[in-house]
Amino acid sequence: MGGLVYYSSASGNTLRLIDRLGLPATRLPREADAPLPQVTSPFVLICPTYADGYGRGAVPKQVIRFLNDPAPRALLRGVIASGNRNFGDKFALAGRIIADKCGVPLLYRFELAGTEEETARIRDGLARFWAQQEDKTCLTQA
Amino acid sequence: MKDLAETPRPVPRAVNWNRLEDEIDLDVWNRLTVNFWLPEKVPLSNDIQSWSQLTDDERQLTIRVFTGLTLLDTIQNTVGAPTLMEDAITPHEEAVLSNIAFMEAVHARSYSSVFSTLCQTAEVDEAFRWSAENEHLQAKSRLILDEYDATASPLRKKVASVFLESFLFYSGFYLPMHWSSRARLTNTADLIRLIIRDEAIHGYYIGYKFQRGLERLPEAERQELKDFSFALLFDLYEIEARYTEQLYDGLGLTEDVKHFLHYNANKALQNLGFEALFPEDACKVNPAIMAALSPNSDENHDFFSGSGSSYVIGKAVATEDEDWDF
Repeated sequence: MGGLVYYSSASGNTLRLIDRLGLPATRLPREADAPLPQVTSPFVLICPTYADGYGRGAVPKQVIRFLNDPAPRALLRGVIASGNRNFGDKFALAGRIIADKCGVPLLYRFELAGTEEETARIRDGLARFWAQQEDKTCLTQA
Repeated sequence: MKDLAETPRPVPRAVNWNRLEDEIDLDVWNRLTVNFWLPEKVPLSNDIQSWSQLTDDERQLTIRVFTGLTLLDTIQNTVGAPTLMEDAITPHEEAVLSNIAFMEAVHARSYSSVFSTLCQTAEVDEAFRWSAENEHLQAKSRLILDEYDATASPLRKKVASVFLESFLFYSGFYLPMHWSSRARLTNTADLIRLIIRDEAIHGYYIGYKFQRGLERLPEAERQELKDFSFALLFDLYEIEARYTEQLYDGLGLTEDVKHFLHYNANKALQNLGFEALFPEDACKVNPAIMAALSPNSDENHDFFSGSGSSYVIGKAVATEDEDWDF
């Protein structure tokens, strides 16, 4: 199974989801000048959304900084995004932007810290997704 | 009694936005100011024909619901946000709260724009009288105001504020979303969605400040505040359930509205950093209402929710391309 990389702001919503998931995950730092983690194997990104009413600023700057580096970007396999449906059609917009920019699937969207049921859905979904990825790899190598 | 001669008001620090103690203050300030709007922006008069197609009961319900929302916005404008200012940790936080206070006044004002565009003066006056006398509306306002007046506990005030903004509004917000899902009063729904968007940021910000305050307290006090929060939510929920029955039984929508209340109560708790209370089954909101809340944002392309056989790669959307290097 591949890895998880996530960004969580000071509100801690994404971090609470990660804690409940109980899977190993690498946190992107909040500080703009902090060194970014080295990622060496395929991963799924979990990312919150901070868009204004026009959709600007949806993807946190730290996530953009991380994905601007071609090495980790090449290992990104999918994105899970969070947000708040109160923001209407901008809900979880960061996920759609990253999926589009990086050519990876948007796997799931949840609100705030997610619910227990959503946590289980993400855990199961990730297991299925990585199994599929391995099948693909086998086919390519065969 | 205060001796004014001996304790003059301290001169506040001039707010320097280039020296931040908490970057969230600036982030939220920017979001709120970019999102600023006025009701004149929404072409409410396009709803006149739609309004005339509602039954008398439906019209009365709509006006009553909006006077109830007006009351909550008025409380938040004149008492809630100002009282939180007294507890602000940073000068920037006070500035953000002054924006929140003003937008609550815009929200309260915008319901009157709906009234003056669509309704007769007499029926609006009757609805304001109704709201001033409605026991459930008055009871929930009283519970919130009691916390705002409990000046000894800044964090309890924040809990009350988050519950007002992230929970209590939704028994009312349900109705314009319901009309919108049936292609009625769609411009009014656009206006309500602007309010809903603002309330999400208010709930997020005040909930965030609550969490910052909470983490400085010893475990016993943290537990006490958590118990207080859940107890207050239960009390408010009891009132909301009665209020909902009173308003929506006639249209047969009560159970539907209650699911929406559970769903939003969970979000209010999450804004405070707490876990959800209501199980997912109790939060299954009518998909038509969810679609009215977030138009063009449907579920089906999520890989994990669907059959797993297909997923969509995002379509181009507005973003700051200059930030991306590729």
